[in-house]
Amino acid sequence: MKRATNTRVLTAGGLVLLVGLALALPAIAPDSATTNIAVFTMMYVGLATAWNIMGGYTGYISLGHAGFFGFGSYALGLLLARLAIAGGYTVFLFVPVAGLLTALLAAAVGWFALRTRAATFVIVTIAFMFMLQLLAENLTSLTGGGAGLGFPNPRWRGDFYNIPFYYAMLALALLALVVSWSIRRSKFGLGLLAIRDDEDKALAVGVPAGAFKLTAFIVSAALVGMIGGVYGYYVTYIYPQFVVDPLIGISMVLMVFLGGLGTVWGPVLGALILEPAQLWLAYNYGASRLYLVLYSAVFLLVILLMPQGILPSLGELIARRRARLAGTVGAAP
Amino acid sequence: MTLILEAAVLGVLTGGVYALMASGLTLIFGVMRIINVGHGALVILGAYLSFVLWRNMGVDPFVSLIVTMPVMFILGVILQIVFVRPLKTDREALSVLVTYALALGIEGLLGYFFTSNYVQITAWYDTASFPVGDFHITYVYVYGFLLCLAILGAIFLMLYRTTFGAAIRATMLNRTAAQLVGIDVDRVSAVTFGIGMATAAAGGVVFGITNAFNPGSHYDLISRLLTIIVLGGLGSLRGAVIAALVMLVIQDITAVVISPVWAAFVFFVVLVAVLLFRPQGLFGITVRDRV
Repeated sequence: MKRATNTRVLTAGGLVLLVGLALALPAIAPDSATTNIAVFTMMYVGLATAWNIMGGYTGYISLGHAGFFGFGSYALGLLLARLAIAGGYTVFLFVPVAGLLTALLAAAVGWFALRTRAATFVIVTIAFMFMLQLLAENLTSLTGGGAGLGFPNPRWRGDFYNIPFYYAMLALALLALVVSWSIRRSKFGLGLLAIRDDEDKALAVGVPAGAFKLTAFIVSAALVGMIGGVYGYYVTYIYPQFVVDPLIGISMVLMVFLGGLGTVWGPVLGALILEPAQLWLAYNYGASRLYLVLYSAVFLLVILLMPQGILPSLGELIARRRARLAGTVGAAP
Repeated sequence: MTLILEAAVLGVLTGGVYALMASGLTLIFGVMRIINVGHGALVILGAYLSFVLWRNMGVDPFVSLIVTMPVMFILGVILQIVFVRPLKTDREALSVLVTYALALGIEGLLGYFFTSNYVQITAWYDTASFPVGDFHITYVYVYGFLLCLAILGAIFLMLYRTTFGAAIRATMLNRTAAQLVGIDVDRVSAVTFGIGMATAAAGGVVFGITNAFNPGSHYDLISRLLTIIVLGGLGSLRGAVIAALVMLVIQDITAVVISPVWAAFVFFVVLVAVLLFRPQGLFGITVRDRV
């Protein structure tokens, strides 16, 4: 009993400390190089957490989430262009609209994609992503095609430039975390886990698998779409192959696997480790194509050496130690 | 009308090449229950191997297959042993990631050696053509089609007329049962992966003569190949061959009737239509797999 309250106090304290640190980061390290890394890291914390709701809890591996990322990006960009919104903080108010549009797309895609399971689902999501990329390229009158789509220029400048984007990404990452955490603790979340473990049995015991899967898919996609919107505003110019980027899609998956598939905090840990590493690799080896080779090597090492992810492996280690300690205590008269 | 007919003929001829590439992919799925997302990258690797032999030593691209197919076969066996075999739990999901990583690694290495500039293999038969009725067919399409037909024929013969083929089919049907009757499924898996890579090499040569390619070309290729094997029914060789021919004919006709930029889009349209209206699959093989 006492141990339980202690753990809870510790967890709460740790959380407050972490969020406080994240909030204060721009004050601690205000230079634009650091805040740029922080923006991208926060972006991936959000992306990995959102992906985990579908891939981790429900067990449906989507390799097409980059499609939703790109769609959110284009949705926000087009919205701003059509409504002639000038650059500034008001742009952020339209991010939820981009999320809503992405949710609609996800509902449509989920309608047919979720008729498949396992391997076929993976393939359908890959196909979806490339077709979205093709649409962005071909619908030139709407998206600008290969020439790209511009966002309005934010009004702020200099070293301060990255900071509003950092807080926007942080807000979305926290939103994703709160959503993920509350799903994990809800009956809905239990239903998702049941679907992951055995969908037919879940159906048999009365889990509305179809509705649950679709809801998880939509929630996951909408979060990714909103993050894509902020990303587009941050980079100010987007191209089909750079926002509907397979590498973005696979990166969030890898982060979840590294941290721990299906855990609340695993995706966060995975993103905090991998994204700075990825940026470092891109910075040092980006010019030569060796960047991709190194990235793939890291990737292979993670999957082959730690298929379970860091958090579950750690959890197992702690559980084993506790069991051993309990064993010695119990053995003493 | 002539244009449409020409597109249909061309679609069948290129469809044969896609059938060969997809056959390796679907065999690998059938035997190992893994989706080899790296298959497109391996096709491109095969194309670059032939490209190097052709550029540096003047070897005819079709003749170069005598070297590249065995090399790719051995590479496939090694890749299977090192990267796929260690996956014991959650195979399906993890294998997607591992083969994705392999694709990125191959793309990176090719980019390092060849830069991302587009290249193309050329030979006399890629421009020379012969007349058929109202239109001309370039020799390379016919040669490529015949090559792929020959290799596909050899694969079918191997599968249905040899003991090893029977072992492959048994492993596809039931891995555990195959093990119980004494089939070395690990060996079968490694050899199947090798065969898949050898077909990728052959497909790569024809792809490299008929298309300009760069290290990033594998993305476009893999999304088409994966759609083909889903339409044909995962693990079904016959389904993959038929789906490849049908899809390429539809694609080439779309390119003529509507516009080349929409040609690739029909893959997705057909995939969605099949999932919505005929989830039992195009050819009587179920598209929904129960796992």
